Amino acid sequence: MSKPLKQIHLAAHFPGANNTTVWSDPAAGSHIEFSSFAHFARTAERAKFDFLFLAEGLRLREQGGRIYDLDVVGRPDTFTVLAALAAVTERLGLTGTINSTFNEPYEVARQFASLDHLSGGRSAWNVVTSWDAFTGENFRRGGFLPQEHRYSRAKEFLATVHELVDSWHGDEILADPDTGAFLRDAKAGSFVHTGQHFDIHGQFNVPRSPQGRPVIFQAGDSDEGREFAAAGADAIFSRYATLDAGQAFYTDVKNRLAKYGRRKDQLLILPAASFVLADTDAEAEDLAKQVRRQQVSGATALKHLEFVWNRDLSGYDPDGPLPDIDPDLGESHIARGRAQVRMYRDPLATAREWRELAAARGWSIRDLVIETGNRQNFVGSPRTVARTINEYVQADASDGFILVPHITPTGLDAFADTVVPLLQEQGVFRADYEGTTLRDHLGLAHPDTVPADRAAAS
Amino acid sequence: MSPTPSSPAASSTAATPLHLAVALDGTGWHPASWREPVARPRDLFTAGYWADLVAEAERGLLDFVTIEDGLGLQSSRYGEPDGRTDQVRGRLDAVLIASRVAPLTRHIGLVPTVVTTHTEPFHLSKAIATLDYVSTGRAGLRAQITARPFEADHFGRRVIPPFEDHGSPAVTALLEEAADWIEVVRRLWDSWEDDAEIRDVATGRFVDRAKLHYIDFEGAHFSVKGPSITPRPPQGQPLVTALAHQSAPYRLVGRQADVGYVTPHDTGQARASVAEIRAEQERAGRADQPLHVFGDLTVFLDDDAAAAEDRRGRLDALAGEPYTGDARVFTGTATQLADLLQEFAETGLSGFRLRPAVAGHDLPAVTRALVPELQRRGVFRTAYRADTLRGNLGLDRPANRYAAV
Repeated sequence: MSKPLKQIHLAAHFPGANNTTVWSDPAAGSHIEFSSFAHFARTAERAKFDFLFLAEGLRLREQGGRIYDLDVVGRPDTFTVLAALAAVTERLGLTGTINSTFNEPYEVARQFASLDHLSGGRSAWNVVTSWDAFTGENFRRGGFLPQEHRYSRAKEFLATVHELVDSWHGDEILADPDTGAFLRDAKAGSFVHTGQHFDIHGQFNVPRSPQGRPVIFQAGDSDEGREFAAAGADAIFSRYATLDAGQAFYTDVKNRLAKYGRRKDQLLILPAASFVLADTDAEAEDLAKQVRRQQVSGATALKHLEFVWNRDLSGYDPDGPLPDIDPDLGESHIARGRAQVRMYRDPLATAREWRELAAARGWSIRDLVIETGNRQNFVGSPRTVARTINEYVQADASDGFILVPHITPTGLDAFADTVVPLLQEQGVFRADYEGTTLRDHLGLAHPDTVPADRAAAS
Repeated sequence: MSPTPSSPAASSTAATPLHLAVALDGTGWHPASWREPVARPRDLFTAGYWADLVAEAERGLLDFVTIEDGLGLQSSRYGEPDGRTDQVRGRLDAVLIASRVAPLTRHIGLVPTVVTTHTEPFHLSKAIATLDYVSTGRAGLRAQITARPFEADHFGRRVIPPFEDHGSPAVTALLEEAADWIEVVRRLWDSWEDDAEIRDVATGRFVDRAKLHYIDFEGAHFSVKGPSITPRPPQGQPLVTALAHQSAPYRLVGRQADVGYVTPHDTGQARASVAEIRAEQERAGRADQPLHVFGDLTVFLDDDAAAAEDRRGRLDALAGEPYTGDARVFTGTATQLADLLQEFAETGLSGFRLRPAVAGHDLPAVTRALVPELQRRGVFRTAYRADTLRGNLGLDRPANRYAAV
């Protein structure tokens, strides 16, 4: 082997408010109570994971004009949960998805800087963008953002947050009771930002935090999103967890780094990945089939078909054939608050393709939704799953994975107990934490902004 | 004008148990407090500092702590930065401090300050609901407006005129907006009925959407659709509190609060404040709902009065000026403070929020000297009686405004 083995990065995605999460299983617990989050975080830390990840949803989804009631619904506030988790963990990174559209830089900067202080340097921000007026109805600002501005606002928002946290250098607080000087300089935290989206100035009020800046994640997949990540993110939360698609994405994004003067190890690619474990591969395959049927009930199958058909299909039998009517191509969409409906750019073609597929395989509506929507990435015995994950990472399909269990809150336990020890045995995953901050775990440099002359003077 | 018998303040007498909270702000309320040997100013931005303070307050069986906050650097002048370097500057987000200490405590209420002027009620509603989950029923908020133009400049979305005084029309408008803000937060807490989550495997439904409610708030300043993304918190309605010095904020307390803080300097002022808040409460049509009025006092507490005076004098000398604030400053012993609190309690105040002049000194003096003194007099609990903050304050878990009766 000419190439040294890459070290795998692993993270834990708290089961989300979507149909990957199986709530009907007797083992499924609360997705709101703090005890669930504490169990999940402690499992991830016991397994020496890099971080825990929380997704975002700022409005309950609707379909057909009514609140969507078939998936797990509801979630707690991201910052508040992460701050509490800092009390029950010591090393685990704490990553929150926070929208740049329905927030203001000063507030978000102080929340991440506060979280970083309160966790001893473990905060990370998955920057997401939004423009939909549907979500905007929950905010005093409303759905004010034209779609074409969402990345320009996101970019400027992120740059502004960096300016705010960088306005403190780390050497301002003297707190010298003898001289009576608390601050070195009355201008600590001064900033001026003038731009298209934000025109703000004053003084930031949170001193420099242990990591300096939160670790930045980006999740967008468009060309614009990839450029945004290449320009300044520390990691990408991607959706390409298969070997081929993962390698293509990995190569594409890593090759964009050079033009920003960045090295390939300065941006980690971490796809979301689900898994199903059992003692043997065959048992895992059987279990995976059961899980898929739990994830897609007959009612869920009809609702998912509506994403493409964009019309009420409640009269159809989920165990029967696909509708022979065509999708409604109207402007307004039956499902609101979902990103995935945009995946079907040509609903007529998708409908035709699915009808042919279902006819050829003898699939019902439910079978089709189960098979085409299958997001199970790693299915097998612990040995198989550990080997596959390692192969993918060594083959540059990713730098690791953000694992998405389907049971709250115990869905990570088996992975921690059976797969992680095998990766540790192979020397591709840490046996213990070496540093204390999330930057340490991810191998990222500290964004030290103390200019040389200031550093020399202090 | 007079409160109904169900109001906790109604039967306040010397024999009625008092409620006690402490207000945490940096190293304490005296601007030179950070220079005291017990102050730990270099730990201010660590979790351990706050965990220790709140643990001390819980050791004293206090009802709750409040945590100060603001969307700008502290200043000794209300309307503008003061350019000073000799006082504590910088702070962490109070909601996150409260959440960080919640899993480390079991009984004490956690009441961070939240600013209503520049923030989204949707975000703060779910944040406080989540604090209530994290603390299993011990969350509250202290709603605060900001009329500081330099804080508005941190957001760049509105211009706030130069600050005149707390009674100016601009401030009154911000208080009106705060009332709307609290209304939205409260409606969002009720936007899920308690039994909305059904997990009905037979029908495949996780929630009963008939029990999720749009709040459809439309106000002069903003509109919010709802429902919340966070289910109704353990207390149903976490505690809403506000500090009030004069008529317009008394109205806010009367309309929207569970606990109002007032700053009387004598019993006459205390009576007047309580009367005005009760009148506002009645005007708002909620005379039958419990509403605590707490007196705020800044305290220098020592074993003998001379020591307290000396300490205050020493700190004033370091600060270069005598400390005065909105609240009365008490200097003396635990016995003297207990006497004063009981005297004030006869005016209709049902509790007190004490502001330790030096957190590292006066907080332990409250928990280890004042509390035992009040316990000896039979006016303070000897153990926590309830599992929730509302419970310890004698407040019921409210019915949901959207639930069909």
